[in-house]
Amino acid sequence: MSTQTVNPKIKSNDPTRYVYSARNFWSGFLFGLGLVAFIDEAVFHQLLHWHHFYDKSTTDLGLVSDGLFHAFSWFATIGALFMFADLRRRNALWLTRWVGGLLFGAGLFQLYDGIIQHKLMRLHQIRYNVNILPYDLVWNITALIMLLIGIILLIRTRQGSPQEERNASNAYE
Amino acid sequence: MHMNNHIHHDGTFSSFILTLPFILALMGYVFASVISSRHHKPWPLYRTILFILGVTCAMAAVIGPLADRAHTDFTAHMLGHLLLGMLAPLLMVLARPMTLILRTLHVQTARHISSILRSRPMSILNHPIVTSLLNIGGLWILYTTDLYVLMHQYILLHILIHIHVFLAGYLFTASLIYVDPTPHRYSFTYRLIVFWMALAGHGILSKAIYAHPPTGVPTSQAETGGMLMYYGGDAIDLVMIFILCYQWYKGSWPRALKAMSS
Repeated sequence: MSTQTVNPKIKSNDPTRYVYSARNFWSGFLFGLGLVAFIDEAVFHQLLHWHHFYDKSTTDLGLVSDGLFHAFSWFATIGALFMFADLRRRNALWLTRWVGGLLFGAGLFQLYDGIIQHKLMRLHQIRYNVNILPYDLVWNITALIMLLIGIILLIRTRQGSPQEERNASNAYE
Repeated sequence: MHMNNHIHHDGTFSSFILTLPFILALMGYVFASVISSRHHKPWPLYRTILFILGVTCAMAAVIGPLADRAHTDFTAHMLGHLLLGMLAPLLMVLARPMTLILRTLHVQTARHISSILRSRPMSILNHPIVTSLLNIGGLWILYTTDLYVLMHQYILLHILIHIHVFLAGYLFTASLIYVDPTPHRYSFTYRLIVFWMALAGHGILSKAIYAHPPTGVPTSQAETGGMLMYYGGDAIDLVMIFILCYQWYKGSWPRALKAMSS
């Protein structure tokens, strides 16, 4: 017990957060996915009016994909927040891993939206009547950066990774 | 002009037929809540209020100015659909009418009713996939075939479709959110996945209506109607998703810990 007060690096919930490592990841992942979908809807559809509700060039597959992801994003957002609350009441929240999951989910979905849905399924474009290339580049590069940071955080919080073991052994020296 | 008169004349009749069950249900609900409160704990007032609100939403879709406009205006029709098929069922399910019925009736009759609830036909009508197909599948048929046009020509069809929209919406809601006695239960994951597919089907249909207006519906009305269906459906389903996840959150807390924390 006394080591915890000596070394502040070790959080009091270390054992429980390992048990709920997967739930930390999924809660973050789903929230990241829902967050990107929400920003897409609120900012790009409603506030800026850049995205269109329907684009005549949309393929049928695009319509189905949009329907599935749009519906899923609501389940993901609400479900992820209840999972977050569940982790907190179990004292099992692992914020670094949760944020890693969030960035991984956000980056992955934005990349899917930017490349598969916008380009291949031609659901709608980011903006109309402009040179679309810079918009597409910013969109997809942002997605890649989120994805990479997410993956790095997830690797660093892997259960029993060298980093974690070093921290743990430091604590008991 | 002649056709408009024809519809208006019959509209009064169909409004009457469609309103009657809701008025009877409301009277029965209030009566049962008063009677049963003499022998049991008082029936919570908020449930009676939910039921009144639910009946009000359903009635707004079948009688009065909105119902009249729905004959000629697709956007008004869609608002009516959201009220009758989604919001009214949700409010009425949350008012727990089956719980009220069972506690009001004599034990013997109540047992009889709960054995009916456990029967095979009722278990089929409470299966999430069956109710999703009845609800969302019914809407696909209504808006992608000529049924929508025929509905405005044949009064019997008009009545039947409106009854179907309400009942399918009620069964759908009750099969996903368990607040009333539910003998055949499915896991949260199962219900969430079916609900996800149903919500996706609703969203895809909304955009299909936007893109390909049903026969006899002007493009501009199909566009506003489609968007209303898309976002209105989202808003009501959000409440349902929240309730479902909250039930998971409450149910997944071990009983031992619950006792410790309280």
